[in-house]
Amino acid sequence: MFDRLKGIIKKEFYHIFRDQRTLLILFGIPIVQIVLFGFAISNEIKNVKIAVLDQSKDEHSSQIIDKVLSTSYFDLDSYVNSLDDINDAFQKGRIKGALVFPPKFSETLRKENKADVQIISDATDPNTGTQIGNYLLLQVQQYLMEHEITATSTLPPALINTEVEMRYNPELKSVYMFVPGLITIILMLVCTMMTSIAITREKETGTMEVLLASPMHASIIILGKVTPYLLLSFVNASLIIALGKFIFEVPVLGSYVLLIGEIILYCLVVLALGIFVSTVAETQQLALMISLFALFLPTMLLSGFIFPIENMPLPLQIVSKIVPATYFNIIIKSIMLKGATLNFILKETLILIGFFFILMGVSIKRFKIRLE
Amino acid sequence: MAVIEVKNLSKNYGEVEALKSISFEVNQNEIFGLIGPDGAGKSTLIRILNSLILADKGEVSVMGKDPNKQYQYIRNHIGYMPGRFSLYEDLSVKENLEFFATIFGTTIKKSYNLIKDIYQQIEPFNDRKAGALSGGMKQKLALCAALIHYPKVLFLDEPTTGVDPVSRKEFWQIIKGLHQHNITIIVSTPYMDEADLCDRVALMNEGEILRIDTPQNVANSFDKPLYALEAKEGNYKLIKALRAYSFLDSVFPFGEKLHYTDKRENDIKAELKKHLTEEGFSDISIEKIASNTEDVFIRLMNNQKQ
Repeated sequence: MFDRLKGIIKKEFYHIFRDQRTLLILFGIPIVQIVLFGFAISNEIKNVKIAVLDQSKDEHSSQIIDKVLSTSYFDLDSYVNSLDDINDAFQKGRIKGALVFPPKFSETLRKENKADVQIISDATDPNTGTQIGNYLLLQVQQYLMEHEITATSTLPPALINTEVEMRYNPELKSVYMFVPGLITIILMLVCTMMTSIAITREKETGTMEVLLASPMHASIIILGKVTPYLLLSFVNASLIIALGKFIFEVPVLGSYVLLIGEIILYCLVVLALGIFVSTVAETQQLALMISLFALFLPTMLLSGFIFPIENMPLPLQIVSKIVPATYFNIIIKSIMLKGATLNFILKETLILIGFFFILMGVSIKRFKIRLE
Repeated sequence: MAVIEVKNLSKNYGEVEALKSISFEVNQNEIFGLIGPDGAGKSTLIRILNSLILADKGEVSVMGKDPNKQYQYIRNHIGYMPGRFSLYEDLSVKENLEFFATIFGTTIKKSYNLIKDIYQQIEPFNDRKAGALSGGMKQKLALCAALIHYPKVLFLDEPTTGVDPVSRKEFWQIIKGLHQHNITIIVSTPYMDEADLCDRVALMNEGEILRIDTPQNVANSFDKPLYALEAKEGNYKLIKALRAYSFLDSVFPFGEKLHYTDKRENDIKAELKKHLTEEGFSDISIEKIASNTEDVFIRLMNNQKQ
């Protein structure tokens, strides 16, 4: 029996390594995606171009400007002379933010102990817009704090000193989110899509007929067909974690043993899903469609990878609850970024185990030992 | 003892009756031919026998086992070669054979004695991908794969369809050669001339078995004198003229000639020739001939329609 399993696994590896398209999907997509997400797609505030309209040109305003520009977040595009110039620069897309100082800024500040600064930010992309606004605000406030304390050596009356700590991702790097998210997506893609296609291919070419007419038990056929993908998925996950760690410095704070265990668990769940798809679909094309549209898209959009689940309307939140990736996303983020131990992710782990048994049970029940 | 017993077997696909209450037996060591055109139900019958499809009605026993319940035993002891090439095209000849040997829990070496006559013909292409083999070679490889575990019963579903005439002949020699290994063979084919190579045949059409007998008895069972006709004007005109003839019993093209039967029992050669000459035909040749399987089949098929 073990020999039979070995035979079918060996055969499956021949298929995989002889088909360049399969290889490309297996190893090309993960690398391309991580490089794309890591380098190109970025939510970070870095070297954002801003314009400055300084109508007072005095001590305080220039010190604030210096402070803002001294950070790596902002680069000066130009000093402008009117609000129209700012509008113009925004519309041409030269700048993402602007600082406006009213006339007699220092004087007002001294006399009335209060002064106005206007911060304008481009909110066509709401997340980035909000972030730019907040960063600029922070710089100005920090300046005021430091300045007031050094200049008068007294604290301003009744000032609440707030300090935001960005825990787990202090630099707000988006790769921190993408690397765990990508593992979720890629494993789904490889395990579900590839296995469902590999099984339906045998149905299409007629080889399944010969396999069924052989004395091999259905579970051996299935096991033999999915084992190679389990191994390759694992290689893939390791590759992504390594790329994340060494190129983008995404840490793995939790235990590797736990991480590996959870990855294997998730692989099993999505493999079971792939087998289930192959029992529903008769052709490779249908299997591909189901994998992409019914499974891949919801995973991408609803698992909390791109959009926070809490912000979704209720029906979508319910859907997200039955997407296995949702739970794995929580698990892997917790382990990698928060250093969580099994205690903290026990609920999600148990849910995944439940998913596995349900899917596997249904698939085995649906798997046909005959042709009809 | 009968290796295969089928009683009143029926199978429907929705509205279509693929098999209509058929019964037959296949004896130990026989080459049993299922002869009939596409859609006769040959593949369905083979798949029911090898446990890949469930029958709707009737009793089936293969090696004394029920394909419905004891399919594991049956699958262990049969060899099956489907109608369509079903090996892995991206695997080489050797890899394919090794794979099938493994899943049946054996090795090429152990089965070498049984398959050597066939395998030696494809062995020079051991490292070639199965997808790059010619049609005849593919069939030989598929047969090797089906034989790799010394099956007791071998099912061949149209093994010679789409194969060139030389390979067809070779293939039948191989089938004949398997006889000495104590294997019962059930082979289906749409080619009537291959019927003569079987020990017994079942003529099938539209889900029914029209007749079961030895090829010799089938061929001789034609119930009327049979004539082969030819004329200079060609078969088309000749058929048209004969269909208008009041004594016509049946006429159908057969190779380059027409096969004709008459309603009258006596020798009608002279009379027919006279009639056709009057109709304006020339160079008429009329010969009384012995019937073959195809004549019988066509006759049975026509009777079935009426």
